[in-house]
Amino acid sequence: MINKTKIIKEISDAGLVGRGGASYPTAQKWVAVHDALKTKKIGYIIVNGAEGEPGVKKDGYLIEKYPETVIDGIFLADEYLGPNKIKKIYFFLSKEYYRKYASGLKKVLALKKYKRLAEKLEFFIKPEALAYICGEETALLNLIEGKKIEPRLKPPYPTTSGLHGHPTLINNIETFYNVSRVNRGKYQEDRFYTITGAAKHRGVYQLPINLTVEALLRKTGNYPDWPFFVQVGGEASGEVLNAKQLDRPVEGAGSVMVYRAKGTDKHELLKYWLKFYRDQSCGKCVTCREGTYRLWELINRKKMDYPFFWEIVLALEETSYCGLGSSLPLPIKSYFNNIVKK
Amino acid sequence: MNLKINHQSVVGRPGQTILEVVHNYGIKIPSLCYHPDLDVKANCRVCVVEINGYDKLVTACSTPVVKGMDILTDSPRVKAARATNLELVLSEHTKKCATCISSPDCELLRLAREYKIRSDRLAPRKKGRKTYRFANAVEIDGEQCIDCDNCVSACHNQGIDYLERKGAGAAQEIVPVKDSACIYCGQCAVHCPAASAQEQSSWPAVEAAIKDKKKIVVAQFAPAVRVSLGEEFGMPYGTNCEGQIYTALQQLGFNSVVDVNFGADITTMTEANELLERMKDKKSIWPMMSSCCPSWVAYAEYYHPELLPHLTMARSPQIHLAGAVKTYWAEKKGVDPKNIVLVSVMPCTAKKYEVVRPELSLNGRPLVDHVITTRELAYLIKKKRIDFKNLKPSSGDDLFNHGSGAAAIYGASGGVMESALRSAADLACVGQKSPLCHSRLEFKEVRGLAGIKEATVEVAGQKFKVAVVNGISNIDKILPKLKKYHCIEVMACPGGCLGGGGQPIPTTNAIRQKRLDGLYSIDKSRSIRRAHENQAMVEYYNWALKKGLSAKVLHTTYKKTKGSILTTVKQ
Repeated sequence: MINKTKIIKEISDAGLVGRGGASYPTAQKWVAVHDALKTKKIGYIIVNGAEGEPGVKKDGYLIEKYPETVIDGIFLADEYLGPNKIKKIYFFLSKEYYRKYASGLKKVLALKKYKRLAEKLEFFIKPEALAYICGEETALLNLIEGKKIEPRLKPPYPTTSGLHGHPTLINNIETFYNVSRVNRGKYQEDRFYTITGAAKHRGVYQLPINLTVEALLRKTGNYPDWPFFVQVGGEASGEVLNAKQLDRPVEGAGSVMVYRAKGTDKHELLKYWLKFYRDQSCGKCVTCREGTYRLWELINRKKMDYPFFWEIVLALEETSYCGLGSSLPLPIKSYFNNIVKK
Repeated sequence: MNLKINHQSVVGRPGQTILEVVHNYGIKIPSLCYHPDLDVKANCRVCVVEINGYDKLVTACSTPVVKGMDILTDSPRVKAARATNLELVLSEHTKKCATCISSPDCELLRLAREYKIRSDRLAPRKKGRKTYRFANAVEIDGEQCIDCDNCVSACHNQGIDYLERKGAGAAQEIVPVKDSACIYCGQCAVHCPAASAQEQSSWPAVEAAIKDKKKIVVAQFAPAVRVSLGEEFGMPYGTNCEGQIYTALQQLGFNSVVDVNFGADITTMTEANELLERMKDKKSIWPMMSSCCPSWVAYAEYYHPELLPHLTMARSPQIHLAGAVKTYWAEKKGVDPKNIVLVSVMPCTAKKYEVVRPELSLNGRPLVDHVITTRELAYLIKKKRIDFKNLKPSSGDDLFNHGSGAAAIYGASGGVMESALRSAADLACVGQKSPLCHSRLEFKEVRGLAGIKEATVEVAGQKFKVAVVNGISNIDKILPKLKKYHCIEVMACPGGCLGGGGQPIPTTNAIRQKRLDGLYSIDKSRSIRRAHENQAMVEYYNWALKKGLSAKVLHTTYKKTKGSILTTVKQ
C-alpha cells in the first residue's frame, strides 16, 4: 500500500503540472478523481501518448528510454486511486509508437510487480484521421467509447464523469514518468524539449524546466548563425517569435521549431497551418468547421481578402468550442506581428 | 443569486444557464442549435455573449450563471462575433427561399437581416449534396443543412437513432443509419432551424388540384391542427381557430371542407366495438393497442412485429373520414369519387406515408390524394396573403363537420384512450339495465405530458388496466410488463399529434401544454362528448356496415417490414 497523503504532497511540492499543453496541476487532478471515486464504484485511467501536435516528439522518446518509470507512474496512480476501483487502463499511442515501443513497455508489464496492472491495461491505437483533436481529453473519451470524435461539453469534467460516465484520470505520459521519479526521490525539475525544423541538432532533450528559448537553443548547440525565427509549443499551434524575443521560457508541450528567415515562403507557411487546421477540425462547431474551411479557401484565392480573413481569425479566437479552433489564431497572429510586420 | 445583464440587475438560480436567465427577463439572444427539448450542444456559436473579466466570449446556452456575473448580450464585440458566425452558417445553407415553406418566417433570413450579413463573400459550399428521402414523408436536404445536429438529437430522443452526423470537418454530413429504420415521425423536421429536415412538399400538388376545375377538391383537417395553426399568424398558443380554418380553406379554393374530428368518432366507435368483441371472446389477445399513429404502426411493423396482433384493426381518423368521403359523401352529393381530390391537413409527416399504404386504398386508388402538414397549410395561407388572424370564422355546413368532444382530444396523448373508454364503458352498459351501471366521462389519469400514464378503470364491471405511451422512446418501459394491461395507447410524438412532426416551429413542452389545454377546452365546450353519441357518425357507421364496407372503410391490416423506405437523390 502506498501512503496517499504522502504521494499527493510529493507531487504537489514538486510542482508537477500537465504536460499535454494546458499545464493543469497534477496533484489537483489526482485528488479530484480520488474524491469522485468515493461515491462511485468504477473509474478509469487513460495514459495519453497521443502526441498530436506536430513537432513534439518527447512521448516517443520517453517510452523508448524509460518504459519502466512510465509504467511505475501508472502503477502509482492505480494504487492511489484504488486498484479495485480502476476497472481499466487505456494506454493511448500512435500506430508508429506502438510498433516501435510497445514491446519495451510489455517487457516491463511482464514483471511480477505489475501483474495486476498488466491485466487491465490495454493499448489503444490512435486513428490516423483527426489525430490532433484526439489529444483533447473529452474527444479521446468519445473515441474510446466508439462515438464521434469530437469534444464534449464541460462540465462535467473527466475527473468526475469521464469514460462511460465514470471518474477518469487522464494524464500525459510525461506526467506518469514524473510521478514515478518524484516518488523515488529522483525528480530533478527537468522536462523534455523537442527541437525540430532547420536546427542543426534536432531531437529530444531532457533539461531543466523553465529554460528560455535562447538558453535552450544555445545549450543544445542549435542557436543558428543565420537569420531565423522560431515557433514555440508546436509546429501547428505554437507561437511564432523573432530572434529578439527569445528570452521567454519554453512552455506548453516544450517544442521549438526553427525556421530559416530567408527561404521560408509566407504563403506556403500560412497554407501549411491553415490546411492542418482545416483537416483536423472535427466538425462539431460552426466557427472551427466553417472558419478553418473558409480561411483555407481565402488563402487560395488570387486576391486575399485580409479584412475578412482577420474577422474569421478573431471569431475563432473568441468563440471556438474547444482549444483546437481557438489555438489557430496564435501562430497566424504572432507570425504576422513578429515576423511579417518587422 | 444576483447578476447583471446589460448593466441591469437580475436574479438567477444556481444551475440555470445564461440563456435561461436572459429569456426570463425577455431579453433576446439569437440561437440556432438550442432547443429546450434537446441536450445542449453549443455548436452554432450564435448565442455567444461577453462576460466582464472573461478572456473569451461564451455561449449563453451552455454557460451556467455564477453570482456576480456581469453579462453583455449585445456589445459591439458580441455583435461582431455573432455576425461572423452567422455568415459562416449561412454560407452552408443553399438558399431555396422561393420554394421553401419556411421562408415567410425563416429565422436564418431574419438574423441575416438583423446582422446585415453579406452574402457576396462566401459561396454556398454545400451545392450538390444529397437529399435523403424517407418514404414520401420526410427528407433531409444536405444542401440546406447547417450541421446543428438537432435532427440527430431529436431522433435520438425518440429512441430511434436513425440519423447520424458522419465524417469530419466540413465534409461531415447527416446520413441515415444503415441498420435502423425511420418511422417518419418528422421530429427531425420540427426541430430543424434550417428547413433541411422537412416534410416532402405536397402543397404544389394541392395548388394544382385546386386550379383544376374538373375536380372537386375537399379538405379534411385533423384535431390538433386547430389549436396550433394560429401560432403561425401570431395568435396565442392553444387558440382554437377552427372557424378561421374553414374560412381560409374556402378562400384557398377548396370546394368543401370536412372535419377529421368526425373521423375520430368513427375510429372510437370502431375501436370500442372491437374492444367489446375482444372482451366477449376468451381467446382474444391482450392488451389491445391503438393504431391511429402511423409512426407507431411503422415502428411496430419493423421493430416489434410480434406486437402486430395486439394492434386494433380500426383505421385511423384521417383514413376513416376519407373512406366516408369517397363513399357515403360522394353518394349523397351525387359525385363520382374519381373526381374528388381529398386533401388532408395533418400535424404529422407520417400521415403522408399512411395514405400510400396499399391496404388503405379503395378500388385501387388511395383514399386520400394529398397530405399537407400544418406548416404547409400556413404557407399556402401566407402565400395567398390571407389575413388569417382576422378572418371571419365560419363552420362547415356539410355532412361531416361535427365531432364529439372525445374527437377533439384525439390530438393529445391519452385522448384516444379516453375517447375509447368513454364509449366502451357506456356501450357496455347498454342493455345491462343495472342501476350500478354508470360510466365515467373524464379520465384525467391518462392526460398530460408524462411519458407513461396508467390507470385502472371499470368497464362493464370489469377492472381494466390501461396505459398511455406518450412518445415512442417510452415504449421500452411498457414492453416488459405488457401482460399487465388491457389497453395501451401509443403516440410516437411527445404530447401526441399536437406535438407532431408537421406542427409549427417551434414546438416545445410549454407550447405543447398550451395546445393540449386548447384541445381539452374544446372537449369541455361540446354538448356531445362521447363518440357514439354523434348521431351523424352513427348513421354513417351503420350505413357502412349495412353496405358490407367494413373491410373497405373501417378496418385494416399490418405486416412486418424489413426496413424503412429510403431514396437518395442527388440534385
